[in-house]
Amino acid sequence: MFIKQISVFLENHPGALREMTELLGKGGVDLLALSVADTQNFGIIRIIVESAQIDPAVQLLRDNGYIAKVNHVICAEVPDRPLGLSELLAMIEKANLSVEYMYSFQRASSQGEAALILRLNNGDKAAKLFQMNNVKTLSQEQVDAL
Amino acid sequence: MSQSERRIFNPAMECIDREQLRKLQGERLVETVKREYENVPMYRARMDAAGIKPEDIRGLDDLKYLPFTEKTDLRDYYPFGLLASPKKDIIRIQGSSGTTGKPIVSGYTRNDIAVWSEMMARTLTAAGATCEDVVQVTYGLGLFTGGFGAYQGADKLGAMVIPMSSGNTQRQITMMKDLGTTILCCTPSYATYLGETIREMGIDPGKDLKLKAGCFGAEPWTEEMRVRIEQLLEIDACDIYGLTEIAGPGVAFECLEKHGMHINEDHVIAEIINPATGEQLPYGMPGELVFTTITKTGQPMLRYRTHDICTLTDDKCACGRTLARMGRITGRTDDMLVIRGVNVFPSQIESVLVGADGVAPHYMLIVDRVNSSDTLEVQVEMTEDMFGDTVSHIENVRKYITGQIKSVVGIASKVTLVAPKSIPRSEGKAKRVIDKRKL
Ligand SMILES: [Zn+2]
Repeated sequence: MFIKQISVFLENHPGALREMTELLGKGGVDLLALSVADTQNFGIIRIIVESAQIDPAVQLLRDNGYIAKVNHVICAEVPDRPLGLSELLAMIEKANLSVEYMYSFQRASSQGEAALILRLNNGDKAAKLFQMNNVKTLSQEQVDAL
Repeated sequence: MSQSERRIFNPAMECIDREQLRKLQGERLVETVKREYENVPMYRARMDAAGIKPEDIRGLDDLKYLPFTEKTDLRDYYPFGLLASPKKDIIRIQGSSGTTGKPIVSGYTRNDIAVWSEMMARTLTAAGATCEDVVQVTYGLGLFTGGFGAYQGADKLGAMVIPMSSGNTQRQITMMKDLGTTILCCTPSYATYLGETIREMGIDPGKDLKLKAGCFGAEPWTEEMRVRIEQLLEIDACDIYGLTEIAGPGVAFECLEKHGMHINEDHVIAEIINPATGEQLPYGMPGELVFTTITKTGQPMLRYRTHDICTLTDDKCACGRTLARMGRITGRTDDMLVIRGVNVFPSQIESVLVGADGVAPHYMLIVDRVNSSDTLEVQVEMTEDMFGDTVSHIENVRKYITGQIKSVVGIASKVTLVAPKSIPRSEGKAKRVIDKRKL
């Protein structure tokens, strides 16, 4: 259910995102999913890579002066049809949880499903909720196999 | 920490009875005033204008009648107009570039160099140095007094001096390792930078280096910065104070009690004044620090206004020295920023940052005027501890810092988080303020 995500701090200046993705690209890091949280002052880049590439990618970033951290997020599958996502969000809302952020994979998941990265305000409660409601989630191994 | 020995270089003077000291200071002041009146036209004119004759100054209590000296006087009478000795007796010139216009210089006689060396030898001894030590001088060796001051003091002690001068961090570290440096002399910001670099290189100061103490000065720093330097380098970090106009580094120095800097009062008289009115303030009250030299012969100074804000105390120090102590410089009368009518000292903001967990002590203040209202931006470097994967986490950190600054300084600011190491580490006086209102 939980998979590892790398978050990177970016100063808000032109070219910052390109410089970082170029660095990772040249280092042979393949980005499976990426999201940009942009504020007036700074940006947070969140990326998912294959598990074998997590440590080398973090090292590469730190060696180049970036602040990078690894944390856990939920990887869930929702039916790839109208209202597929809103049903999931309604369930979260009903449980009095909220979504901190959410983004999707570049590649398609299994047939008829869309894979999402989710960070809710309470990870443990989210895990229980998803289990109880039989929401399909992906493990780190399943993500690696995508 | 503190594996350093507690010795006193000149116990007769450093532990002198304070009544006796006052008498000695008075006698030396009388001589200095006479010398100034007879040899320096500026002082003669000012004393005449104030209706004071040298014989009116009979002791320490009469100090308050004497005119002040300002940095501008050293510019106006540049280069030799304030010499109180014939030029042939001057054996050294030291100076400072000054941020605007003409530099200022000070001429030293052989006596003055000896006095300065003595002050600096006391300084190094107070930090635990002896003739057994290896002293790495990382202050610039040049017109700036830092390098020569530390060199001369260590030389007088009989320590082994490595005159590295400033810059070239990799070479500094190599020499430090190879020669077994035990005492480091540099600016506190450079000490922090050296410590960070040493840690990044995987060097363990406890095992790979022999450092035991450092004398750090030439810029104001904080207690929190001391803690950081002591942790990074595993040393005792002692504060020192000095200025070219009076001598150079060593005018005042910290002992291993690290509780204020002992002033070399047998060579200088320290006063605290109200910067607005010029009146003397009692010990314990914060105000502008003023020095009078009483043993200098080349370019003595009467009541030189440092524009540094601090307090003085003559409370007994556990080290045994009776010399009065000055607290940390908490601001500058002329660096003081007036933002929306509020007096702001950059050191206040620094104390907030270093006091907050996981926040780096490096900062830049950007003051501007937008729609005829002053704005203050505080740039702070992002650190691993402050960072999180959600915007709300980082915004909370930002709000916390903003709130702390507001509570200490009293005005609202905009805190901007910038990339790690993006704020320049200065090897000299750190430039931490950009005031766009003056551009
Ligand atoms: Zn002491």
